Amino acid sequence: MSNDKFLQLENIYKTFPLPNGKEYKAVVDVNLNIKKNEIVSIIGHSGCGKSTLLNMIAGLDSQTQGHIILNNKEITGPGPERAVVFQNHSLLPWLTVYQNIEMAVKKVMPQLTSQELRQRVEHFVSMVNLDHAKDKFPGGISGGMKQRVGIARALSIKPDVLLMDEPFGALDSLTRANLQEHLMRIQQSVQNTVIIITHDIDEAVLLSDRVIMMTNGPEATIGEILEVNLPRPRDRVALQSDPEYIRCREAILDFLYKKFAKDDE
Amino acid sequence: MRETLKKIFLPLIVMVIMIQAWSMTGKYISGFPTPSDTYIYAFGGTTSMGDELKGVLTDPFYVVNKDDKGLFWQLLESLKRVFGGFALAIIVGVPVGLMVGMSKNIQYALNPFIQILKPVSPLAWLPLLLFAFKDINTTALATIFITSIWPIIINTALGVKSVSEDYLNVAKVLRFNPIEKVFQIILPVAVPYIFTGMRLSLGIAWLVIVAAEMLTGGIGIGFWIWNEYNSLNYHNIIIGIFIVGMVGFLLDILMGKIADYFDYRKKM
Repeated sequence: MSNDKFLQLENIYKTFPLPNGKEYKAVVDVNLNIKKNEIVSIIGHSGCGKSTLLNMIAGLDSQTQGHIILNNKEITGPGPERAVVFQNHSLLPWLTVYQNIEMAVKKVMPQLTSQELRQRVEHFVSMVNLDHAKDKFPGGISGGMKQRVGIARALSIKPDVLLMDEPFGALDSLTRANLQEHLMRIQQSVQNTVIIITHDIDEAVLLSDRVIMMTNGPEATIGEILEVNLPRPRDRVALQSDPEYIRCREAILDFLYKKFAKDDE
Repeated sequence: MRETLKKIFLPLIVMVIMIQAWSMTGKYISGFPTPSDTYIYAFGGTTSMGDELKGVLTDPFYVVNKDDKGLFWQLLESLKRVFGGFALAIIVGVPVGLMVGMSKNIQYALNPFIQILKPVSPLAWLPLLLFAFKDINTTALATIFITSIWPIIINTALGVKSVSEDYLNVAKVLRFNPIEKVFQIILPVAVPYIFTGMRLSLGIAWLVIVAAEMLTGGIGIGFWIWNEYNSLNYHNIIIGIFIVGMVGFLLDILMGKIADYFDYRKKM
């Protein structure tokens, strides 16, 4: 297997039936290969079908046409090898931080002894610096902390691909920056293939190896793909004056606000 | 502190007004139990008619024979029936409610019958059930079961429907099987709703038992009240009403406490 085609999207179409009997073509003709351990952002205006695309990769939604192939296996439904970090964290509110992660690990790795299970859960609690909050319920911690638990839960089940659906979209910008740092630090230690849906240009450039830019819907598709040739670890402050960073930002800005500008509805 | 005082003081004012209104009723309906005589019927003393009484609440535990027992035993018998029918309603109602909530087809199939049977009065069921079972206890139990099961089914189904799509997506990604889905995702969300249903259901059961026992006879608080009517002890009817109300109130508090204990939203 070639590592360059770890995850393949082939000729993906998604249409939704409309009440009037017609069809809404949300996504058309999407072709994309994602390398192993690559971090890819998908950016676009709202309604460009980027979340639909992610849901199809997750298996929570099915494409009308085309194939999604992960590790030479066609995707037919959801599964733990494609862990999802949901925008609204989706922690189970009746379980503590620890129990939320434990539930996932227990299900995906039933062969673990109780001691291995505890070690694994605690390892991932520590990874997102939540040791002090591990016995708290989601209702008692901040939005940023909840999302960190969401990330820890997703990583704890050792996924082949980590799918993040606007993971920091609901957070204020300082918390968002903090979480981006967390994510980059974690990524340095556990190499993972990551797909991030975002509408934040800085976030896309900072985090990604490649930025996939989507055209506007209906009939949204991939418009341009941008390589971000910045060494890691990346420092958000130093990057502000980095010519490559500026080039990438401008390319995305140009795409989103000139070529595919969108009026507010 | 001010609030606490108000909570004690304001009901006291209402009580005084109510007792006053009650006293006045006696002036218009001859022989209507007065508050002071009712107190004596309850706790003993000499009535305005000059009768010396022991009072039904002074010795609720007495047993003369199986047909003549103190109020405590009457209540206990009623409560046994209530909890029997109530337990049966939970055992059947929760699984049915889960199915109705989880499957559109089952919902479509059962909903019309739930809606039609729900408003049927226990008094309408009683003759049929008495004919079918020919036994007082079974009839009372069955009547409570069939009238109190509906809120449990409806609220359980509502609880299942209130499970957010996000939680179900978590279950999908982790590939939960249906049983894991029910126990780890659906039930924790639905439990507070189930308890709301149970609370309503227990309230109904307690309403039903008084009516059921009046018709079935034998023993029980409902029978006791009817028996006092037949014995022309009208004061005791008022005492009976008061006791039924108090016990119903206590049952509701008890269910509320249990419901809070199982409600994850109250733990944060």
